[in-house]
Amino acid sequence: MSYPTDRKYTKEHEWITPDGTMGITHYAQESLGDIVFVDLPKLGAELTQAKSMGTVESVKAVSDVYAPASGTVTAVNGELATAPEKVNKDAHGAWMVKIKIKDPGELNRLLSAADYEKFVSEEAGH
Amino acid sequence: MAIVEAPPPIVRKTALNAVHRQMGAKMVEFNGWDMPVEYPACGGIIAEHMAVRTGVGIFDVSHMGDIRLAGPEALAAVQHISMNDASRLAIGQAQYSALLYPQGTFVDDIIVHRLGEDEYLLVINAGTREKDFKWVSENTHLFNCKVEHLSDDFTQIAIQGPKGVNLLQKLTDADLAAVKFYWLTRGTVCGLKNILIARTGYTAEDGFEIYIPADETTSARVWNSVLEAGKEFGVVPCGLGARNTLRLEGKLPLYGHEISDTINVWEAGLDRWCKVEKPEFMGRAALEKARAEGVKKTLVGLEMVERGIARDGYKVLDAGGREIGYVTSGSPAPFLKKNIALAYVPPEHAAIGATVKVEIRGQGVKAQVVPTPFYKRPKKI
Repeated sequence: MSYPTDRKYTKEHEWITPDGTMGITHYAQESLGDIVFVDLPKLGAELTQAKSMGTVESVKAVSDVYAPASGTVTAVNGELATAPEKVNKDAHGAWMVKIKIKDPGELNRLLSAADYEKFVSEEAGH
Repeated sequence: MAIVEAPPPIVRKTALNAVHRQMGAKMVEFNGWDMPVEYPACGGIIAEHMAVRTGVGIFDVSHMGDIRLAGPEALAAVQHISMNDASRLAIGQAQYSALLYPQGTFVDDIIVHRLGEDEYLLVINAGTREKDFKWVSENTHLFNCKVEHLSDDFTQIAIQGPKGVNLLQKLTDADLAAVKFYWLTRGTVCGLKNILIARTGYTAEDGFEIYIPADETTSARVWNSVLEAGKEFGVVPCGLGARNTLRLEGKLPLYGHEISDTINVWEAGLDRWCKVEKPEFMGRAALEKARAEGVKKTLVGLEMVERGIARDGYKVLDAGGREIGYVTSGSPAPFLKKNIALAYVPPEHAAIGATVKVEIRGQGVKAQVVPTPFYKRPKKI
């Protein structure tokens, strides 16, 4: 799997583009298995970097989604409420929310595509 | 003073462990066993679940344990330690039952198979193997019968689903049409003579469980032969994930969840399999007393009405938000396409149609008490 270079990644397996679109990574969806439920913040919600902003559930497990950056939610992908399996099919296309990024400097703390790929290959190797 | 360190936990492996890994199974630790939870390359939990409901799926259930009781007083011993009535079993018949503590709570739930005139096989849970064997040995030593722990002797493969009979018939000379549900026979399977074949399972579907020698070569050969023979029926290897969702749809109890050493037979709703009319068995006196007193909690089926998935251990609340019970097992139900759960609540909240709430991440989410089992397989004829 090659990870798109137009965005940044967290060690908790979220991605975010410079314009504030975010979702979870291919590695995350693969680890979770069949995704059956996505719970996302409401429009206008204030997110804080690295704090829980929602949950993704597979048949077996519940996982928190952490905000990759602080900001205000400007759009929510409502399609995922009825078709959560889209995250399995195309994790890097199935965005979850768009936020107005508060401090673009926060993105500097995140991983590049190459560093994230290295990170997950090490994690998977355990 | 010497400091004694606890030995590192030993994770046990079935004889098919390497085969699961080759097939790309996602492995997890379950009750001290390294077991496949799902096979993503074959479709994952939902596909595995659907295969068993509509076709056939196979499971490695070698982690299950086996205790054999044989001798002139084997029946009396089984009657003493189990709640169902084993005297009703014909040779070649099996029954669901349980081992109970004197207070009427569960040591484990079991399947009792009558193998011969004075020979019984108890199939027990993986996580309770040692406890069960100790319990059975200690409580049957006054009877003239031999008690053997055979858990490590067998690789147990479950072939489950409406097409299971067609699949297994290709591999055996035994006439499977003559074996009714919860009966067993012996036959040649994949060239192995005298193999125990039981029409049992833990999926709320028709199916068989076969008990073959536990060596790795034989186990792998039989597993692969079953997969090969099942190709025409769309057979899928299934892990513990699908095993759990399948048994939950059928309201089959899981030790440590619906039943445990703190839950009694009446609370768990297993009255049908508890024969108090039997002269004597461990736990009976306490159960008669408990019945006279009435239960304080009872197991119900819940279906989520509002959006959310109930999970094991979540709190159950009344309409006003007061805590009244807890979820023992909760999951999306892949075949029913609903979010379902089993929960203990006080009897006054247990009526079919009653509305309760399940606390999910701090929010009370509406659920309704529904009839169980959630899923019942269509009966043939």
